Amino acid sequence: MIRKITYAIFLGIIITALVLFFAAFPFGKNKMAVGNYYLKNDIKQTGAANVVTAVTLDYRGFDTLGEVSVLFAAAAGVAILFYVLGEDKKKREKQVYPNFIVRVGSRIIFPFILLFGSYIFIHGHLTPGGGFQGGAIIASGFLLLYLAYPGESVNRKRLSVVEGLAGLTFVGLGLWGLFTQGNSFLFNFLPKGQLNMIFSAGILPIIYIAIGFKVASEFAGIVDDMMCEAVCRGGEK
Amino acid sequence: MIYYVGAFLLIGIGLYAIIIKKNLIKILIGLDLIASGTNLLIVSIGYVNGGTAPIFSRAGITAKMMVDPVPQALTLTAIVIGASELALAAAFVVLLYRHYGTLDIKKIRSLKW
Repeated sequence: MIRKITYAIFLGIIITALVLFFAAFPFGKNKMAVGNYYLKNDIKQTGAANVVTAVTLDYRGFDTLGEVSVLFAAAAGVAILFYVLGEDKKKREKQVYPNFIVRVGSRIIFPFILLFGSYIFIHGHLTPGGGFQGGAIIASGFLLLYLAYPGESVNRKRLSVVEGLAGLTFVGLGLWGLFTQGNSFLFNFLPKGQLNMIFSAGILPIIYIAIGFKVASEFAGIVDDMMCEAVCRGGEK
Repeated sequence: MIYYVGAFLLIGIGLYAIIIKKNLIKILIGLDLIASGTNLLIVSIGYVNGGTAPIFSRAGITAKMMVDPVPQALTLTAIVIGASELALAAAFVVLLYRHYGTLDIKKIRSLKW
């Protein structure tokens, strides 16, 4: 009974909030406040053709650093839950591999997935896309390999090194801008270049490439933990 | 307008799954539906009638023709973070199953009420 009353109150609050929301924000009306400033000053201040990238990495670059940290915390949480609270010393045992077509097909497709993901995060300041999306695409390539070869595993140490270096690049670029060039963290100290060229927008492409590597290695680590949970055997129960 | 309706439908389906369903995996699916609906809602708030994507990809595009870039920038990271949080929640579910041997929240002692 208490349960149903609680649910009813909860739903009532949500429906009221949605109605208020509908009244305040009609669809399709121009209600930009801070967005106008970004749209007007984007080319002058950042040189990135993609305004979304400029907002993510330049105007709100510090928030993005926090979001990358949240991602790291989630990946570390998955690893901690499986390895510290679970049974210890598990080994991958020989698996029955999927059929021939899946194995060979995944090996053919995997380099192209890597290429596509790299394209997405290298062109993050010119086209829709960026480090987060490209990293997720590359991690999906790793997931494909894990599905085709359940008994194998990536080298976790190298994955951690890549992830740490990528994070260090992000923070290092920000600190370099803070201490040597300007007066702000993540100051865009490289030349802006010409609009819509690949070498433009200063440090934004470098940061997005670092984020791409970081997201890819973190998601590959999560996939590795999950696969080990499914196929690893052994250890003392 | 159809985007608002779709987003609210997604959030409603997710709420239904969280409130009514007793299986933890289905509750996780509901959580992910709510996250997707919220992302769609945030992006559709920033839409301007007749606007294009906020990218200066061609010469003729000016700042006046574009939709709001801020909600898109917020959603971009939220999608990836939502996926990783879902993985974390799935890890919790795996541990709960290992400890209790069931996924029914009525049978898991500390979740029952």
